[in-house]
Amino acid sequence: MSEISPGLDLAKADQLIERHEKDATTVFGFWVYLMTDCVLFASLFATFAVLRNNTFGGPSGATLFSLPYALAETLALLTSSFTCGLALLAAQAKRKTQTLVWFMITFGLGLTFLVLELSEFHKFVAMGDSWRRSGFLSAYFTLVGTHGLHITIGLLWMVVMMLFIYKRGLNRLSLKRIRMLSMFWHFLDVVWIFIFTIVYLFGALHA
Amino acid sequence: MSHSLISTFGGFLGRLSLKWLPHDPITASGAIMLAAVPIAVALFITYTKRWKWIYREWLTTQDPKRIGIMYIIIAILMGLRGLADVIMVRTQQAVSVGSNHGILSASHFQQVISAHGTIMIFFVAMGLMFGIINLIVPLQIGARDVAFPFLNATGFWLFFAGMALINISLLIGDFSATGWLAYPPLSELKYSPTVGVDYWIWSLEIAGIGSLLAGINFVVTILKKRVKGMKLMKMPLFCWSVLGSMSLVIFAFPILTVTLTLLALDRTLGMHFFTSGHGGNMMMYVNLIWAWGHPEVYILVLPAFGVYSEIAAVFSRKKLFGYVSMVWAIWAIVILSFIVWLHHFFTMGAGSNVNAFFGIMTMIIAVPTGVKLFNWLFTMYKGKLNMKTPLYWLIAFVVVFTIGGMAGVLMAVPPIDFQLHNSLFLVAHFHMMIVSGVLFGYFAGIAYWYPKFLGYRLNERLGRYAFWSWLVGFLLAFIPLYILGFMGATRRLDHYSASLGWQPLFIVAAIGVVFIILGVVLQILQLIVSIWQRNGELKVGHDPWDGRTLEWSLPTPIPAYNFARLPEVSTRDAYWNAKKVKYIDRRPYEDIEMPKNSPLGMVIAGGALIFGFAFVWHIWWLVIVGLLVSVFGLIYRSMDEHTEYTLPASDVKQMEQMRASGGGI
Repeated sequence: MSEISPGLDLAKADQLIERHEKDATTVFGFWVYLMTDCVLFASLFATFAVLRNNTFGGPSGATLFSLPYALAETLALLTSSFTCGLALLAAQAKRKTQTLVWFMITFGLGLTFLVLELSEFHKFVAMGDSWRRSGFLSAYFTLVGTHGLHITIGLLWMVVMMLFIYKRGLNRLSLKRIRMLSMFWHFLDVVWIFIFTIVYLFGALHA
Repeated sequence: MSHSLISTFGGFLGRLSLKWLPHDPITASGAIMLAAVPIAVALFITYTKRWKWIYREWLTTQDPKRIGIMYIIIAILMGLRGLADVIMVRTQQAVSVGSNHGILSASHFQQVISAHGTIMIFFVAMGLMFGIINLIVPLQIGARDVAFPFLNATGFWLFFAGMALINISLLIGDFSATGWLAYPPLSELKYSPTVGVDYWIWSLEIAGIGSLLAGINFVVTILKKRVKGMKLMKMPLFCWSVLGSMSLVIFAFPILTVTLTLLALDRTLGMHFFTSGHGGNMMMYVNLIWAWGHPEVYILVLPAFGVYSEIAAVFSRKKLFGYVSMVWAIWAIVILSFIVWLHHFFTMGAGSNVNAFFGIMTMIIAVPTGVKLFNWLFTMYKGKLNMKTPLYWLIAFVVVFTIGGMAGVLMAVPPIDFQLHNSLFLVAHFHMMIVSGVLFGYFAGIAYWYPKFLGYRLNERLGRYAFWSWLVGFLLAFIPLYILGFMGATRRLDHYSASLGWQPLFIVAAIGVVFIILGVVLQILQLIVSIWQRNGELKVGHDPWDGRTLEWSLPTPIPAYNFARLPEVSTRDAYWNAKKVKYIDRRPYEDIEMPKNSPLGMVIAGGALIFGFAFVWHIWWLVIVGLLVSVFGLIYRSMDEHTEYTLPASDVKQMEQMRASGGGI
């Protein structure tokens, strides 16, 4: 067929369209998954809102939280979201090394965030203010910890992604996955903005 | 053996020890029977040398038709277990009066009744629902597959893992004795220190995540995989009802995941979400669980409504009355189902305004449901009724569902609910809704679609006998509970005083169960006899009911790729119209992309099962093992770029020609 009309292979064009549609379906499915994760976090935020004043004689947010510390965490995560976006752009431009470098930077920033968060947890627990102390602290550790768990999963995914890109290059499959990974990462960023506002900012402001 | 070695060993196996094997005769015999089933199946497969076949054709399959059948088989087996629980409950309540304390101890009775509710909802109703959805949705929308076959298979295996875990609780340990929804503080560690509630939590957590994955898969499948020309408003109503139900899954199941996790954190890490001290709030649990639980009712019933809609049209030989209003009724129910949850606990004392709001919303949800009931009636009205078992189930449903629904509207009035709360009146109400709405619906669906997949009908006469036994038994079992509820009998009673005068009604209810057992026996008999007679009078063609929707256009047995040529759709009831114009498709065949089989869904779910079991018993190293199995299963899968294969057009053509000439494949 291609002999008759060079450059116009209809079967191939059909196949390309079909593949494109398939990828679009996968990305849409990932959106739907993110919505379910959104409901999951919404439930945890609701739980936190109900329990935030149930300190049972223990510390409240105002005594525990340090806003500059939370700001440092926020900056680490927001910057990582920015570099993740740059990784996606590099991937779309088919620049393999650049993509890997930006992902490594993103990974480093995500890890920084995670370490900051865990050391804050460690500090609270060492002071005797663990999740066993009160309903408020249970809700705090669970909400922030669930976000941290997502970040951990994201970091693990990033490692697998980098290995995949390194070995297989920037093919159609890796591009699709990079798009989904970056959606996941930005989503976690948005959730963090809510955590920063509702948990830390309101917590520190309301005595 | 030195003491330190024993304690190390104890630590090694967490809370697990031999003392948790069943002791009393009822549990032990149940456990033996339960263990006997998989062992017998395994021996049979080994004896007939079918392991390879089972592995290749079933365990690793990505074909929704096969996954659907596996869902239904599990659901039927679990239904038998749920029925065994009912028999114990009804026997206990019929005899445990005055000085007689019946056949079960109080705590055992509570375990049995909790297991009954949990199993029937999560593993029978959900299993039947996902089974039928897997079988029918891709066919009705003219798709060759679901959107995410691997995700779908993984969802099934997670469902399987949850089912396995709840059954393991019968073999070792105990089960939750806190009712099917495990309200705290009773379900907290302080009052339920054994592993029972943990089994409940992790079984539902794992199965729930499976349901969530299936929900995502089917929403995307329906939105993205419809055949060209099938606009949303041209979809069969069953697909609409599934879209509604699966949208609810997406919004409701994450709440279940969170709620169960929080309870697990309370029990395992000593947190204080729902404890009665330390600033916990136990009513928050009740709110959260019903924010999932009420939509769950509609998750189960909407696809059954869809089944009824298909049956009403086909067996009346008319198009469905009020298609558009049916669609809007579904979406009204979807939205309203999220703003009625508080009616499960008006007695919380949220105040009159809050109760009034939820009471009124509850009454309003009866309106779209009523619209649907009238539409089914109007579909049958002046139709040429083909009185076959599916239609029997439908008519019985309309009657019983209306009685149960009226009782529901009654209880939507908060002051009345204060009287009836926690009584057997409520138990009668929700069984009338779920058994007639969900179970009868899926029975009807199985009778309706059975010949599509197997090539022969189910025996009609035995089906009708089973139907009448079920209906009579069901009414005998539940009408007395309405009366008992008015007399003040509460839920989950393992014993009551003779002076209350309740015993005669409890005996009637127990007789009802005898009829239900008869119905189930007849259904099993029907299946056996039908298989026996499959080459005789029961043998049918590909369209035995003169169907209206695309699945009936396919040959039986249906090829793995469903449609050799994708159908062209321009109207509702696409196949009905295609039959009228006697359209013959002469388009050439095309290459078909098919998913390759994969055992990794099973591996991931296996990891989840290990994780859940280890968590129940606090065997922490095994928790990590389970987690690693799942994570590495997932990563391994993600490294595979060739998850599909192409079936060339020439092969498709050859297979279709073989089929046309009567050769099997």
